[in-house]
Amino acid sequence: MLSSTVFLPLLAAALLAVLPVPDRVARIGWVGVTVADLALVVALVARYRTPAGGGLAFEERVRWIPSVGSSYHVGVDGLSLPLVALTAVVFCACSVYGWREDRRPRQLAALFLALQTTCLGLFVAQDLIVFFLFFDLSIVGMYAAIAGWGHGRDAGRSALQFFLYTFLGSLALLLGFIGLYLAADPHTFDLPELVAAAPLAGHPVAGGFVLAALLVGLAVKTPTIPFHTWLPPAHTDASAIGSAVLAAVLLKMGTYGFVRIAMPALPDAWRAFSWVVVAVGIASVLYGALVALAQTDLKRMIAYTSINHMGYVVLAVGAAGLSGSGTAARELAVTGAVTQMVSHGLVTGALFLLAGVLHDRTGSYAMRDFGGLAGTAPRWSGLFAVAAFASLGIPAFSGFVAEFQIFAGSIGATAWAALALPGILLTAALLLRALQQLVAGSAGPRSVGFGDVRAAEWLPVAGLLVLSLAVGVLPWLLLDLIAPASSAVVELVSR
Amino acid sequence: MTGLLWAIAAVPAAVGTLLCVLGRRADRVAPAVGAGTAALVLALSIAVAAGRPATGAPFLPGAPFGLGVDALAAVVLPTVAAVTLLVLVFSAGDVRGARARFTGLVLLFAAAVVVTVTATSLLSLLFGWEVMGATSYALIGFRWQQGHRVGAGLTAFLTTRTADLGLYLAAGAALAGGSGLALADLPGLPAPWRDVATAGVLVAALGKAAQLPFSGWLSAAMQGPGPVSALLHSAAMVAMGGYLLLRTQPLLAATGWAGPVAAWAGALTALLLGAVAIAQRDLKQLLAASTAAQLGFVVLGAGVGAVAGGTAHLIAHAATKALLFLAAGAWLTALGTKQLPALRGAARRWPLVGVCAGIGALALAGVVPLSLWATKDAVLAGARAQSLPLYLVGLAAAALSAGYAGKVLWLVWRQLPADADAGYDTEEPGTRRVGVLQQVPLVVLAAGAAVLGLLALPPVGGTLRRALGDAGPTPSAAELAGSAVLALVVLALAGRTWPALPGRAPAGWLGLARITEVLVTAPVLRAAELLARFDDRVLARAVAGTGRVVRAAGLLARFDDRVLARGVTGAGRSSLRLAWAAGRTDLAGPDRLVRSLAAGTRRLGALARRTQTGQLHQYYVQAAVVLAAAVALLLAAR
Repeated sequence: MLSSTVFLPLLAAALLAVLPVPDRVARIGWVGVTVADLALVVALVARYRTPAGGGLAFEERVRWIPSVGSSYHVGVDGLSLPLVALTAVVFCACSVYGWREDRRPRQLAALFLALQTTCLGLFVAQDLIVFFLFFDLSIVGMYAAIAGWGHGRDAGRSALQFFLYTFLGSLALLLGFIGLYLAADPHTFDLPELVAAAPLAGHPVAGGFVLAALLVGLAVKTPTIPFHTWLPPAHTDASAIGSAVLAAVLLKMGTYGFVRIAMPALPDAWRAFSWVVVAVGIASVLYGALVALAQTDLKRMIAYTSINHMGYVVLAVGAAGLSGSGTAARELAVTGAVTQMVSHGLVTGALFLLAGVLHDRTGSYAMRDFGGLAGTAPRWSGLFAVAAFASLGIPAFSGFVAEFQIFAGSIGATAWAALALPGILLTAALLLRALQQLVAGSAGPRSVGFGDVRAAEWLPVAGLLVLSLAVGVLPWLLLDLIAPASSAVVELVSR
Repeated sequence: MTGLLWAIAAVPAAVGTLLCVLGRRADRVAPAVGAGTAALVLALSIAVAAGRPATGAPFLPGAPFGLGVDALAAVVLPTVAAVTLLVLVFSAGDVRGARARFTGLVLLFAAAVVVTVTATSLLSLLFGWEVMGATSYALIGFRWQQGHRVGAGLTAFLTTRTADLGLYLAAGAALAGGSGLALADLPGLPAPWRDVATAGVLVAALGKAAQLPFSGWLSAAMQGPGPVSALLHSAAMVAMGGYLLLRTQPLLAATGWAGPVAAWAGALTALLLGAVAIAQRDLKQLLAASTAAQLGFVVLGAGVGAVAGGTAHLIAHAATKALLFLAAGAWLTALGTKQLPALRGAARRWPLVGVCAGIGALALAGVVPLSLWATKDAVLAGARAQSLPLYLVGLAAAALSAGYAGKVLWLVWRQLPADADAGYDTEEPGTRRVGVLQQVPLVVLAAGAAVLGLLALPPVGGTLRRALGDAGPTPSAAELAGSAVLALVVLALAGRTWPALPGRAPAGWLGLARITEVLVTAPVLRAAELLARFDDRVLARAVAGTGRVVRAAGLLARFDDRVLARGVTGAGRSSLRLAWAAGRTDLAGPDRLVRSLAAGTRRLGALARRTQTGQLHQYYVQAAVVLAAAVALLLAAR
């Protein structure tokens, strides 16, 4: 059932790519397939029971490349199931939003459906080669989305920079995977076997190098500073749904790699270098927020807030590796990190879809040219206000649940994590300043004649925000999934 | 009963959300729905105040969302609910335009306050605390068409959020120290963590209560509509700062330093902001400064352990200040101004409003037997037991409160000047009427302002003290009498000197806005600018500069074309030449040799043919020669 959920969109993509169906059929097919996939994922979640002993649910294993010990091994647990659900939700929202796209809708639908398969496949992968395969294919898909459907003079250049930079990171990741493979005895790329064996346990130098390779690769994808410079141009030049998928799903692949691969398979090295990770996290939080504060372009600003939000995740997973502190705080930190991944996906996805409306109506994201949108576009303004508050971590939304856990857990593990607290203050300042510039005051030149959001635009945004509200008010629905897995991760990293 | 507790929070939240989402379509029914919901909340709060339920719901792993009503919450909750109801009734007659959004936000705020008041864990506390801040932002910036009002809301939100970071820090410290997040467990934390948690809670409370150094935001918050100021910025939100300190008073007492720090912070705020209030020319600014000053007394009470006195002062102040703000709002709507010089004689135009406002001003001054007289003395009694300087500062602050209250009282009750109309309609067009819906809440609040002093006097005061577990000193008769006399004296002086009291510094609220701008806002924005430039010019260019590897690829490509490829083609050409040379040599050398060999052999053959002459006698000669040669060879070879 897992594989059919993963590959259903790819099948539809192949059909759409080959059959010359009319645009309307393509759009309906796109929405229909994503909704069907979402239904499958909901069924997965409903039937999910926490697997015993930190194992996997819905596991499937098929022979693939036996000579290198690589098999098609997939399965979900409490870490990956929320991200699988997030992926299905975000792609479904993008398919509804993409209803209004006029440029080559059939090819766009095929591309995004294929991209959906790569993202789902990565989160269920339990074999390093399968993981790497989907990792790189997602980069290819995103490149096509930015280059083919982006806007602006530099769309091709931004797409190329995105591709080359993250591809280089993925090569570093591959280097780390090969390091793990060679250290394991018998050689294997299978993730549960590698985690159980912890092959580099007694080798600090080799473990350090392998971890460094993994960290560089994942840090480019997350992105943390100083590897983040590909993100703002990629976001600015991508289309609305391209940005939404990039921010909501692709960025999670980096942080997911931390909790899925780096922490469990290299516990000794992780514990030794957790201070580096914590420092990078704190730096990303503060740097991302400060640079976002200085932006005048709305999409660039939201891009930098992504760096800030992912910084919290990096801080939390780093703090989880600090030995010498109680497990309760560290488990809370890891749970908070996964919750933040889901929350950021929902809320920032909504923010990018709303920003896309600005470009659709006026061709610009420059905030100071707007103003007074609460009068000309009240529904857009209301949605943007809610999304801004959700993003800055107001309670009753998922951001608060995530950030509270991250801070309580990280500060509980080390007092230095308190240095990241100004981040939530800066995020509040920058988001509310943007809100004021866009929505309040008298109408600016671009606000005149600004058409309010249409159904294809507000439905996905409202859906994402309602889900964020649900997680914020009833968090145990999500946390009951994540908590056992995060305690398993903390246990693995502490051995 | 626990269901009722959840209902008090959930019902206004749900109704408020619904009204906000419906927007303009619900404008007609919003005031009635809002008042009805607030009445329901009031009834439920009285029920839970009697029943005292405690409950929790799963929220985070190991950290439930705890709510509970104890003695402190049992008195504060109905107070807040009552003020909310009265403010909603007032705004039904006052607020025009976007009434659904207004009512919805006020109801959301009310839900957040309920959660804050009944919170038993840091998690639920922070939940309600932050939502209060968010709704406060939305309500201050309610008239979004005027950008500066939204900007004021931003200032308020950011200042309180800065202080709220303390609660996140306290949560982290609580987890680090090994206790849960329950507020009751905090005093039991081990030493360093307990101090961190206390510091965090203290900072958060001082920020929300607009105590120094955070007082600047309250001045900005006055940009909101009148009813918002009456509810949030006098009775409910800022009061929650004081409430938090009253609730966590055991924690303050457990760490030796926190109580005195809180007490002095409260006392100094009361003193300095009392002075600021006297200097104000704008009625709402005066009332805002006065709010911060009066909450200073509540904070002082929490710091010295006079929990009952502080609670009573909080409740009495809520009624008094809400009354005064609503009156100011009524005059603003009716006369279009809130400047004190223009409001001369305003109380005489609508006698009911004037009398209620007068009662409020007298209560604020601390005139016997109105509410704030007794409650202030209950707090000051605790201060006197702690330290004499603290008591004297408090007493001076009380005198100042009589000063600014007197300023308001004498001003609005003067005779209407002949040129009164000149000062009207400066801020908005006045309607020249005060409706019934606006007057009824004023009467109720005036009654409260008059009577709530009983909370600090026996017998009700004694019951309250026992319920709150307050065993501190009570004010003696001499103290009570002394403060009454002081208030009356200052009041009389205020009446005498008002015409000569100009609005000079510190009319600017001690320059707090400028200090924040210089010390905090400008450096942060500058740092943001510099980092953004660094990111664009240095980091991004460095990465793009690695694209110079493309140039190296060009060099390699040229090397490949010019050197390697040419080398290969050159090698090809020379091997061709070699082949031709080899071919020529082959022709010239071995070939010639073979040919000459063949030619030689042919000549030899031709030569051998010449012996075949066909003449017999020559054959005989050849045979004889060959025979002789053979015999000679045979003889020689032996």
